[in-house]
Amino acid sequence: MEALKQELKGKIIEVLNLEDIAVADINDNDALFGDGLGLDSIDALELIVMLDKDYGIKLVDPKEGKVIFKSIETMAAYINENRVK
Amino acid sequence: MIKEVYITETNCITPIGFDVASNIKNIRNAVSGIQLHDKPKLFNSPFYASIISDVDLDLAFAKMTTAVNYSRLEKMMILALEPIIKNSKVILNERTAFVLSTTKGNVTALETENIEQAYLNQLAKNIVDFFGFKTEPIVVSNACVSGILAVSLAKRLVQAELFDNVFIVAGDEVSKFVLSGFNSFQAMSEMPCKPYSVNRNGVTLGEAAAAVLVSSNGENAKIKILGDGSINDANHISGPSRTGEGLYRSIESALAEAKINSTQIDYISAHGTATPFNDEMEAIALNRLGLGNAPLNSLKGFYGHTLGASGLLETVIGIQSVQEEELFVSLGFDEIGVSQPINIIEKNEDKNIRYFLKTASGFGGCNTAIVFEKVN
Amino acid sequence: MTAGKTYIKSFCTIQNNQVWLNGDVVFGTESTVFSDFSKKAYQHLEINYPKFFKMDNLSKLAFLGAELLLKTENNSSEENNTALVFANKSSSLDTDVKYQNSISDPENYYPSPAVFVYTLPNICLGEISIRHQLKSENSFFIFADYNPIFMENYSNILLKTGKADKVLCGWVEYYNEDYKAFLYLVDKEGELEHNKEILKQLYNQ
Repeated sequence: MEALKQELKGKIIEVLNLEDIAVADINDNDALFGDGLGLDSIDALELIVMLDKDYGIKLVDPKEGKVIFKSIETMAAYINENRVK
Repeated sequence: MIKEVYITETNCITPIGFDVASNIKNIRNAVSGIQLHDKPKLFNSPFYASIISDVDLDLAFAKMTTAVNYSRLEKMMILALEPIIKNSKVILNERTAFVLSTTKGNVTALETENIEQAYLNQLAKNIVDFFGFKTEPIVVSNACVSGILAVSLAKRLVQAELFDNVFIVAGDEVSKFVLSGFNSFQAMSEMPCKPYSVNRNGVTLGEAAAAVLVSSNGENAKIKILGDGSINDANHISGPSRTGEGLYRSIESALAEAKINSTQIDYISAHGTATPFNDEMEAIALNRLGLGNAPLNSLKGFYGHTLGASGLLETVIGIQSVQEEELFVSLGFDEIGVSQPINIIEKNEDKNIRYFLKTASGFGGCNTAIVFEKVN
Repeated sequence: MTAGKTYIKSFCTIQNNQVWLNGDVVFGTESTVFSDFSKKAYQHLEINYPKFFKMDNLSKLAFLGAELLLKTENNSSEENNTALVFANKSSSLDTDVKYQNSISDPENYYPSPAVFVYTLPNICLGEISIRHQLKSENSFFIFADYNPIFMENYSNILLKTGKADKVLCGWVEYYNEDYKAFLYLVDKEGELEHNKEILKQLYNQ
């Protein structure tokens, strides 16, 4: 799952236009929203699109996003479980 | 002596009528324009929306003119404007302005090779050329407040004595572009929208065109424009301020200019898109102003969210409420689901309305409020 | 209504990889794409606002112009009443085309909310308002070309009716790497008279 976590860090930086942040700057358990990386509601929606586009996972209830996107760790675990691509 | 400004003509083209009287009749009978549509070209699964019949539109347009090569939106706008230009007998000279309000205009042109048609000034030019306006058209494109912001603009221009008359047309279409976008925002409800309700979960999109004449000539006026304000939240580009700051200040500015206080407002036509955040924000802003008791409705339950048309269309209907002394039900509402008390109109009732407040809010943190007064 | 003249307190132009402030070049790069030019301008102005990189090209352009003129103008913690009156020819067409591309292929249909939100021209006003905490009048208009007559009239109306204390006016046009931003601050005091002749001159400089 290590490779997936690194992949996710890279994708988040690219998809969410996080300038001046490197993969090395993001720790597996850092909070992505709120105080941590400071992502907002539009970023959450973009991550939902990313889940579908890159991993074939369609989130039926967007509110699930809050739990799934808590950190790289939780994202990787969820994707590992549910990925179709 | 500040010049008084009025709205003297109104018209609208919607799924529930191609004139004001038909719209009012349907509203009175709780007939909504929202229906389930199965149009794969617009969206990949059946969806609720308020859409004008192409057959009715083309028939009405052909009846009015033999001219061809007008886009669907242009037909809607021309049909809305034509009767009011004719009735008003206003001469289209340099003292007559033309304002067009839209968010996406001919956005469907992006699906073709003809991107030129997507330019909003081209859309305006097509309408100008049809009627023969002599002044440079002014296009207002300011998200979902555009329709009511256009009225504010017109009133300011007339009061500054730059023009005597301003024709405004506002319109937007339900398109693949907008449907997909709202859906990507998880902002589209899978059921007809329920403004201010506890189980509301998003907008229902709609399309319409509305037209008004704003004039310094009070003869046969339908309503007087007293005050306006368009203040930004300065909070977030897609979510409204949690304290409703921009809307609060917009209404405050409008009331101050109108020289009335909030307790004098007899009826509010609010924005009420039925997203969890918008409706809550409005309830907060209105309560902060002491407007929690004023009878209020959202017309989105009848028309869906008509974007650039909504502010003007809903003003046109609101003017009828004032003229006919009747409050119309806030269709789609069932159980209150906002944290601050507001007085939703739950069934049609007679009411003598002297002061009427219209508000709107939109992406980009924008808000607009206008206070109107009945004329006798 | 208060009588009295209005003035242009400051103005800037961003075009062809250059940034001009009050008539002087303050920054420039070699010929390059806008995303590169705008990033370098951002760094040169020492802005430090990561959200900049989420903006679309139109918003970046407007944001940079506003930064130049408002940086020293307002203290964010004080109340200010600077209205925003902006216009352009292309609306948000540059981003509209980008968004349309994300929905045109049924095999690759992934509408992006981050792109969609910028398919409205007034979003740039929101970005400026947030950055400078301007809880003020704002509106976005579309014209075939820069319209100094309308801009002069409308900003004067806002000032004379007391709806604003100052007005930041902007013609911010962006489409397909072709861009021009001309912004200026209108106030009740300043060096240059605020009228359409002077505006036309400055725009064409």
